Amino acid sequence: METAPARRPGELSFEARRRLFLVGAVGLAALLLSGLSGLPDYRDVTPLYGQVINGVAVEERSTTAVVTAVNFDYRGFDTLGEEFILFAAALVLVLLLRRLGEERRGRLDRLPRHRHTTSAAVRLTCVALVGPTVLLAIYITMHGHLTPGGGFQGGVIAATALLLVYLGSDYATMRRLRPMALVETAKAAGAGSFVLIGVAGLIVAGSFLENFLPLGTPGELVSAGTIPLLSLAVGIEVAGAFVLLLSEFLDQLLVIRRKRGGGA
Amino acid sequence: MSFLPYAVAVWICLVGLYGVVTSRHLVHTIICLSVVQSSTYVLLLAVGYRKDSVAPVFIDIPRDTPAVDPVVQALTLTDVVVGGAVTALLLAIAVQIEKHLDTLDPDELDPLRD
Repeated sequence: METAPARRPGELSFEARRRLFLVGAVGLAALLLSGLSGLPDYRDVTPLYGQVINGVAVEERSTTAVVTAVNFDYRGFDTLGEEFILFAAALVLVLLLRRLGEERRGRLDRLPRHRHTTSAAVRLTCVALVGPTVLLAIYITMHGHLTPGGGFQGGVIAATALLLVYLGSDYATMRRLRPMALVETAKAAGAGSFVLIGVAGLIVAGSFLENFLPLGTPGELVSAGTIPLLSLAVGIEVAGAFVLLLSEFLDQLLVIRRKRGGGA
Repeated sequence: MSFLPYAVAVWICLVGLYGVVTSRHLVHTIICLSVVQSSTYVLLLAVGYRKDSVAPVFIDIPRDTPAVDPVVQALTLTDVVVGGAVTALLLAIAVQIEKHLDTLDPDELDPLRD
């Protein structure tokens, strides 16, 4: 802790603020602990609602991973909202990190090449891992109704594949592998098809997000009706959103340059 | 010991808050906020736990095996997704603050400046 910035009138010093927090924290801890002490022993709770779902999900929805059944069927409408939270967050992020008036784009061929600073072992490992990572993402997304996983998890893994490309090569290579128009279209299509599958349920089966496809045998890849389709839609949307997030932050770091003499 | 997971959740929450209050760098503040949020994961999963139970995945076990609560696990997934969105947005705001005010120290952010 070097020189503290000059204080304005009435402002607490760092140390006083810390002490004030510690007093408050003791009170908050006492409140939270006394509130939580009313809960039963965590080992003895029998989750009633959870028990019901565990008992019926495999029969009703042909889904062996009950968390996925809850996400994409019993709580499907909530997941629609969740998906649009991510969608809106990615949109606002693009808006916040747009190129401002006083900024300009740096030239890509002037970027420092990472080739010289990244060791051959790291580059080779990253490039070798790109394929398996994409495969893992597809596997996790498409087996969400059988084993733990689903669209949210698979989408994030797919986006890391692009990060591996950046780590293993350089920014210019990553940009070539990331057709922005396609990413944005995929993101919108993923979010839109979740709604469309829901509307199809409304038309065919009578209520929004109701399953309208044959359920199949539990434990088989093609089973569980609309759940794998919804999972795939979410996977595409999440992958698109995270690729967009990573690209925007990397753009800020590497491409967008402040004009000489500009800035605050 | 029956209380341990709840106490751990309270502890994680308070440690994160301490980090937010004493933070000298906005990126550090944002990470501390996600520590605060992660206390809710511990709390949710503790609420759904059940003794001698398995994960709610019935692909290779009998369907009447006792399993933990899948509902709170699905809620935790929502929690994680929202947490990721919030962190990304806050980091973007931090990038803009750095650009406009040339600092990331919360103590130097004067609401009356400019």
